[in-house]
Amino acid sequence: MRVFAELSYWQQTTLRSVGVLLAVLLPAGAFVQLFLFKLVSFMHNRLGPNEAGPKGSLQLLAEVGKSLQKEDIVPEKADRVLFKMAPYLVVASVLLVYAAVPFGPDAWFTNLDVGIFYILAVSSISVIGILIAGWASANKYSLLGGLRAAGQLIAYELPMVLAVVGVVIQAGTLNLQGIVGAQANGEIFGFGGLGNPFVLTQFIGLAVFMIAMQAELTQTPFDMPVAESELVAGYMTEYSGLRFLLFFIGEFASAGAFAAVAATLFLGGWYLPGLSLTADYMNVVGPLVLFGKMLVLGFIVFWVRFTFPRLREDQLQRFAWTVLIPISLLNILATATLKVVF
Amino acid sequence: MILAAEEALVAQNIFFGLIAAGTIFGALRVVTTKNVVHAALWLVLVLAGVGANFLLVGAEFTGVTQVLVYIGAIVVLFLFGTMLTRSPIGRDEDVDNPAWYLGLIVAVPLLALLSYAVWDQWGDDHIDSLTPAAAQTTADVSDSIFSTYLVAFEAIGFLLTAALIGAIVLARKE
Repeated sequence: MRVFAELSYWQQTTLRSVGVLLAVLLPAGAFVQLFLFKLVSFMHNRLGPNEAGPKGSLQLLAEVGKSLQKEDIVPEKADRVLFKMAPYLVVASVLLVYAAVPFGPDAWFTNLDVGIFYILAVSSISVIGILIAGWASANKYSLLGGLRAAGQLIAYELPMVLAVVGVVIQAGTLNLQGIVGAQANGEIFGFGGLGNPFVLTQFIGLAVFMIAMQAELTQTPFDMPVAESELVAGYMTEYSGLRFLLFFIGEFASAGAFAAVAATLFLGGWYLPGLSLTADYMNVVGPLVLFGKMLVLGFIVFWVRFTFPRLREDQLQRFAWTVLIPISLLNILATATLKVVF
Repeated sequence: MILAAEEALVAQNIFFGLIAAGTIFGALRVVTTKNVVHAALWLVLVLAGVGANFLLVGAEFTGVTQVLVYIGAIVVLFLFGTMLTRSPIGRDEDVDNPAWYLGLIVAVPLLALLSYAVWDQWGDDHIDSLTPAAAQTTADVSDSIFSTYLVAFEAIGFLLTAALIGAIVLARKE
């Protein structure tokens, strides 16, 4: 009995659209509230926001309300059209990433044959938004921040793609549902009780992916594009009100998006051993499972963010080109060899 | 009237028209705009339109590759380069090359040649249906690359590696 599959096409599409919007906003909100407000306060040994709502739990809504009512300032010398467009490009890129992430057997927005390849392609659109924001602000700090961000995102996109290749070789498909299925049905030396989450065989890939993800999200130790002490706030310097909020949502929603992609590729996605891979209830349980895995990976991202000092620009580039890329190439070589041997 | 798809696939025809119009408009703006950065961004519209038309005919892999390579890498490189060097905000009268009409000598024959080649190959062919089976899958692409076009594929790989090494040698003169 498949309830979802019997709905008519427009009902399915509506449910999927609402689902994607929720998938963008909920993890972004949860990451900000749990990690950026509460976790960092705990790590800094301070109280953090505790006035709005019980234990400060409504702080996020207060922040959104504050940002919404602020004036939307455009600098006089700025390129007005591009300045206003840039934040929407960044958010659109995140929405497009979520469009291909599966949350359950039927809970997906699109089930693309080229799934993970598509995600890597559309996630690179945000670079254009950031470059435009930096340039259109007509501010040297903004332009420097935009250029730093672009250089960093280009350098770390390559190790990210290469880290994914290992998973694709092992799963034998680019389709994200297929990758979830391959992990659920896999066996570890003939023992199939746990499936075969690729974190076990592709732990090098996961490590490279997480480091590249940290850089793509411009989180510390890779936050030179928005380094306060050097560049004010980088490409976001001139933005205020709703448009600043959009950049902020874009940053944390893409943290959620990359965490979801990493969870799907390496931790088995929406599937947990012991649950059904096809049953209807997984359309409700699946998103919760994936969300739990996202929180685990997001915790690691923010843990690193609050613990490490900032790298220098040359250290960042050298690390990507001389450490991460050779390691991920070796990982591909080893995975392909083992795939052929076994 | 020439339609991209059979009569029944109305949506395909409408969207092909919209995407094609947007692509042509973007292409005209690339060469008429007075700002280098704006030109690069109009180019994004052109390349995205081409990618969207690939998706429309069911060539998912080609369409996504178009976005990854051209929008995600080439245009970002253009923007990066122009912003690193000289990119004033507003109108820049120097971007027009006074000898632009010489480009017509290349552009018009190329347009004629490409139009003829497309027309000669496909003529009145339509996209019959967009069933999943008709769409071109990644497996189809890789099968043809690693069998029919294996030699060409290896040759391009060799050429690109040589170009990469050459670029490094040129850049590290000191």
